[in-house]
Amino acid sequence: MSEVKKIATRESYGNALVELGKIHEELVVLDADLAGATKTGMFKKAFPERFFDCGIAEANMTGIAAGFAACGKVPFMSSFAMFAAGRAFEQVRNSIGYPHLNVKIGASHAGISVGEDGASHQCNEDIALMRMIPGMVVINPCDDVEARAAVKAAYEYDGPVYLRFGRLAIPVINDENKYEFEIGKGIVLKEGKDVTIIATGLCVYEALGAARMLEEDGIDAEVLNIHTIKPLDEALVLASAAKTKKVVTVEEHSVIGGLGSAVCDVLCEKAPTQVMKIGIQDVFGESGPAVELIQKYGLDAENIYKKVKAYI
Amino acid sequence: MENLQLQKIANEIRKGIVTAVYSAKSGHPGGSLSAADIFTYLYFEEMNVDPVHPRKPDRDRFVLSKGHVAPGLYAALAHRGFFPVADLSSLRHVGSYLQGHPDMKCIPGVDMSTGSLGQGFSAAVGMAAAGKLDNQNYRVYALAGDGEIQEGQIWEASMFAGHRKLDNLVLIVDNNGLQIDGKIEEVCSPYPIDKKFEAFNFHVITIDGHDFDAIRGAFREARKIKGMPTAIIANTVKGKGVSFMENQASWHGSAPNEEQYKAAMEELEKAGEALCQK
Repeated sequence: MSEVKKIATRESYGNALVELGKIHEELVVLDADLAGATKTGMFKKAFPERFFDCGIAEANMTGIAAGFAACGKVPFMSSFAMFAAGRAFEQVRNSIGYPHLNVKIGASHAGISVGEDGASHQCNEDIALMRMIPGMVVINPCDDVEARAAVKAAYEYDGPVYLRFGRLAIPVINDENKYEFEIGKGIVLKEGKDVTIIATGLCVYEALGAARMLEEDGIDAEVLNIHTIKPLDEALVLASAAKTKKVVTVEEHSVIGGLGSAVCDVLCEKAPTQVMKIGIQDVFGESGPAVELIQKYGLDAENIYKKVKAYI
Repeated sequence: MENLQLQKIANEIRKGIVTAVYSAKSGHPGGSLSAADIFTYLYFEEMNVDPVHPRKPDRDRFVLSKGHVAPGLYAALAHRGFFPVADLSSLRHVGSYLQGHPDMKCIPGVDMSTGSLGQGFSAAVGMAAAGKLDNQNYRVYALAGDGEIQEGQIWEASMFAGHRKLDNLVLIVDNNGLQIDGKIEEVCSPYPIDKKFEAFNFHVITIDGHDFDAIRGAFREARKIKGMPTAIIANTVKGKGVSFMENQASWHGSAPNEEQYKAAMEELEKAGEALCQK
């Protein structure tokens, strides 16, 4: 098998912004002194007059984005997830969410795959924070193809959207020519009957790997890619859970408030099903190479395989 | 418009404020009354707005960064014709579009939802930057409280506005000297306010915020300033126009009872009659 191509989704974000910027005059991009890292620097280079570096002031950047949106612009504001969703949470809630302004939040460096910078910069809480805001769409793409499609869909959607991107280069698993993205529509990557593995973001690739290992043991796992955590594709989750009767969620995020919680919210109410949540188990991260951290915190294919096997 | 006419309108706006807060049995009369003359000048003289087309693209924008003085903004909008004056009595009632703090989604003439202090000014700065980007001629006005400028976000926004030379932007600071916990210089002094904004590359004008000649002069001067935003520090009296509310921090966020309401309205009626005899 040939080497899988790897691209960080923040790179996809930067590329997508440039492509959209060529077509749409009203698209503006804001950053808070992290244009090199969030990859909005690519847009800055292409369209300097439509790029606004707000300096290290995320709260103000959020308000400025709201002001742009109130004047008909389509602002994409970027920082690390820790600062876009964490530091500026109340600004996002009150200046963007409450007036339901058409602002897109492109948050990079989400999760523990930030790596060496350590816990202060590893945001495992952003999905929980953002999905609590009424009317906020929350998208966590799994690869380059999906990330670029998500940015385009976010642009076309009228309303606030939180887009979660990563620092780590991850395998491209989707075929651009066949791939179709729709906000709120989950994707069945592998059909199965014994257990449903619902994954999001970089964990989708790992979940597929785990499913292959399970298959060798005679366990037929269904794998769902949930790129949109809000609104959640409830119908898909319910249908799969009804089929397999056992659900596992996998995310590079706290098990409190993220994908696992969103899935449990639906299943508890509409079709009680046993769920095992794989994710960051209510702890802070730490410094280290991203790939090693993914293994240590149990989010790689091998660990997912072991946990699912023990679970069923 | 002549000063006398503006004074009459301001008096009506003050009556609207007192009525709205009394009807709601809660709200913020002190800072609404201190800013009533500023609201009057902005909506009846300074700004290019159209009550029939509240969202016309070339309108001037106003952001009430100190969103809690919504009764003042609503009374000004109502008297300017954006919605019926009678609706002011529905303030803060369940089902009313007149929310406790400005809600741009449902209130005609409200350009930004505000209420969480420090945030509105950033949005105003964004609007000014958007206007510059599109070579639009509209101007953007924001009203902040003197206590509100304790919020760090005000200074983040000011740094950006000064850096970007947003000369289509005017920030008015309602310097009534009082916040919930007492005098601003005793709680956590923001003084000197003028020097702070100067240091953030603003053109600063300090005026008596109840003198229409001074207010007019400041806004005209702001229009002539190129290459920097303007901050107008308006020295005002909290509770202005209702003698028992004046200079009392306790009237920051409390509503008059029936007796107090009657006394306040009587005083404002008399003030109105006196203006009519001028």
